Amino acid sequence: MTTTRTGYKWVGTRPVRHDGLDKVTGRARFGADYATAGMLHGVVLRSPHVHARILSIDLTEAAAMPGVKAIITGADLPDIPDETGTGSEGGINFRDLSRNILARDKVLYEGHPVAAVAAVTLRAAQRAAEAIEVDYEILPAVLSLEEAMEDDAPVLHDDLFTLGLDSPPDRPSNISRRRVIARGDLDAGWEEADVVVEREYTTKAVHQGYIEPHAVVAETGEDGRSTLWCSSQGHFAMRTYTTKVLGWEPGDMKVIPAEIGGGFGGKTTIYLEPLAALLSRRAGRAVKMVMTRSEVFRATGPTSGSVMRIKMGARRDGKLVAATAWMAYEAGAFPGSPIGPGVMTVLACYDIPNVLIEGYDVVLNKPKVAAYRAPGAPMAAFAAESVVDELAEELGIDPIELRLRNAVTEGVRAVYGPKYRKIGFVETLEEARDHPHYSAPLGPWQGRGVASGYWFNFGGETTATVSINEDGTAVVMSGCPDIGGTRAALAQMAAEELGIDVHRIEPVVADTHSIGYNDMTGGSRVAFAVGIAVVDASRQLIEDMCSRAALIWDVPREEVEWVDGRAQSVTGASAPLTLEELASGAGATGGPLSATVTVNPRGAGAGFSTQICDVEVDPDTGLVTVLRYTVVQDAGRAIHPDYVEGQMQGGAVQGIGWALNEEYIFDRNGVMENPGFLDYRMPVASDLPMIDTVIVEVPNPDHPYGVRGVGETGIIPPMAAVANAVYAATGKRMQDLPMSPVRVLEALSGD
Amino acid sequence: MSRTHVTCVLNGDEIDFLCNDYQTLLSALRDELGMIGTKEGCGTGDCGACSVILDGQLVCSCLVFAPEVEGRRVETIEGLAEVDHLHPLQDSFLEGAAFQCGVCTPGFLMAAKALLDRNPSPTETEVRYGVAGNLCRCTGYDKIVRSILDAAARMSDPERQKEAT
Repeated sequence: MTTTRTGYKWVGTRPVRHDGLDKVTGRARFGADYATAGMLHGVVLRSPHVHARILSIDLTEAAAMPGVKAIITGADLPDIPDETGTGSEGGINFRDLSRNILARDKVLYEGHPVAAVAAVTLRAAQRAAEAIEVDYEILPAVLSLEEAMEDDAPVLHDDLFTLGLDSPPDRPSNISRRRVIARGDLDAGWEEADVVVEREYTTKAVHQGYIEPHAVVAETGEDGRSTLWCSSQGHFAMRTYTTKVLGWEPGDMKVIPAEIGGGFGGKTTIYLEPLAALLSRRAGRAVKMVMTRSEVFRATGPTSGSVMRIKMGARRDGKLVAATAWMAYEAGAFPGSPIGPGVMTVLACYDIPNVLIEGYDVVLNKPKVAAYRAPGAPMAAFAAESVVDELAEELGIDPIELRLRNAVTEGVRAVYGPKYRKIGFVETLEEARDHPHYSAPLGPWQGRGVASGYWFNFGGETTATVSINEDGTAVVMSGCPDIGGTRAALAQMAAEELGIDVHRIEPVVADTHSIGYNDMTGGSRVAFAVGIAVVDASRQLIEDMCSRAALIWDVPREEVEWVDGRAQSVTGASAPLTLEELASGAGATGGPLSATVTVNPRGAGAGFSTQICDVEVDPDTGLVTVLRYTVVQDAGRAIHPDYVEGQMQGGAVQGIGWALNEEYIFDRNGVMENPGFLDYRMPVASDLPMIDTVIVEVPNPDHPYGVRGVGETGIIPPMAAVANAVYAATGKRMQDLPMSPVRVLEALSGD
Repeated sequence: MSRTHVTCVLNGDEIDFLCNDYQTLLSALRDELGMIGTKEGCGTGDCGACSVILDGQLVCSCLVFAPEVEGRRVETIEGLAEVDHLHPLQDSFLEGAAFQCGVCTPGFLMAAKALLDRNPSPTETEVRYGVAGNLCRCTGYDKIVRSILDAAARMSDPERQKEAT
């Protein structure tokens, strides 16, 4: 298990992905691509107000309209106790989830679902939704972290009492939780510091921005059993969550995964699924629901806006000796921002002896946040890595050198508790320092910034099956949707083990009735955890096949070895038996060749990335253009380097969008003003240069090939890297995201 | 409600279909003709996932009413490959790992085809502007741009073209 070898035949190569042909020909079926005969179309009626009490809902007119088959409101969902799930329920409060899916007594953000309608056509459903009469009593809204945290702020939830305070509060507030991490002696730390920098940073809510809107088809039978076709990051979780919210039995629901058109964390929860399932049950017909882009923006995702105050002190020799961080993250309408990983990661790159980190999870009248790629870490890194850059300048130390002097290494205790195992942070810094990009010349109004980032990565519950067909081809089955090339990576690992061509292996993403439980595609876990299960299953098969060869040859098992896809006699007494021969004769040697392995592995190797960004700033317009960008990241081992590079490039560009353009803009009433791709401006090809990548490989000892997750780490450093580059170009420290032209121009005009 | 009868040339074949006057070409392709390769990402012409080529011109099919294509030529992703081989752009996208989730890919391929149809050897900048109307959230565009440049090189090199077929 802990041995790694080199000289691989398939691991580290770049085969064409198995699902590729379907995706370049338009044949791949994504969420909205399913249809069944006679299906109904469902739509959601959403709140126009950001905070209001629902006094009454009158369905009379809507229900009488032609073609309307079912209407549901919050009254149709069961009451669920206010408790947080565990295990496969993954720390979710199902009462809140249920109330986010359909409002009960109050609406808490513009776009909050109030009712859902199914009708014979989409248009009939839309008209019926418009005919539903809802009487609201408008309540004062809370639209910013500052407002929400004030003592006399209007309160969203009467029963929300802050957790984690020194003494329990006597009245409700909008602060759901306080998280604190502390170590060392801060007073002594500040005493030792020669240079101290303290700054406040803010970031706005940003959306995951997947191109495929949420979509589902639900069909419920007369026996109460149901089938969902939907695109998500985990169909087992969709089943768990949906049945929990409906009060149904998980075993009565089958979820068939569609291809997923991007998720980035945003498709780890449910929105439409229980609505479609319940409408289908009520109408006795299949129901299809697809969100508009405006609905996606107004009622799914985003990740938190934040306010952060960071203070760090260093000795003249560059040693960081003390740091404090005060962080508040927007949770949206219900508790649950990623403040936890925020406080855990904010200083996780550095070995600082004296630390106090304080984080707050704050509800306000905005959509409930959802996971977004390395949840909570990118904004924290924006703040911390900006301060590190400032310290480097004050100390007169190169910013990479300063990081090297403080970088965490194997055996160092992370600020949040455990000791780091084998990690590659120093290697990413050294690669960045030695990269030609770092010393390339710059012109006027151009600047260079660097920043680093840390992410935990995750293992998780996993089932995988490897089966050999009678012709010696193989099927590798998992239950994790493939968002970015994991089918190919799993097939490569199986090919390496079995010794057969990677294209004689068909990787399959199986539905909830076809394979054992799998956690979601998230936490950068698939190549790591599913990879372990696939490798173990392949090794079990090899053992099985060697035993069968021994049986056929009538020799002891020890006299058989597996080489290049064949059972070979160690003594040379018998001609080798190929995989094809063993497979075609399997009936006579014990039955079909198939192995299933379940794991819940620990040891997901931590990920680090260091990134270099060059920008040019137009002093007349404030426009920041990224001229050159390099991502250095530790992948442990890149199974399919193309898709590892792709994760690094894609993460960096999402971070560049977060840095420069993207933000939720609300009017004074809290209504989102830019719920479309025209005004919510994600990067396009003409905004960007090529994104250079350097894959560092410090193998993870807890994976048979050394894999570390690579999906998330890449999005953590970009905002600070861009901000530090803008400073180098202009002399202005940008402390508020995004660094849109108007903000940059404002900063420049401050001279 | 009476429906409109539309006749057009779709991927080289003369076909006809019925649609409502308010229906978009995107909806007619997907919902009336079952051609689900063309995707809807926004419905407002901002993401390019629904890109098709109409009389040689790249359009967002969500911004075209279905009755407008009467008598016109429509090219979609389903018509890009030949019977026994892929279009060079498709080969390049596969070999260059130019997609991750793949939902924007049909739109990018159609936009790239429209670009190469009028400019067979574009510069990197021309490629970047040629697909600037198409959003990809997964790749950061690097591998898409490289793959389009690679396809252009393949298509202008008779040796490599022969190899591909």
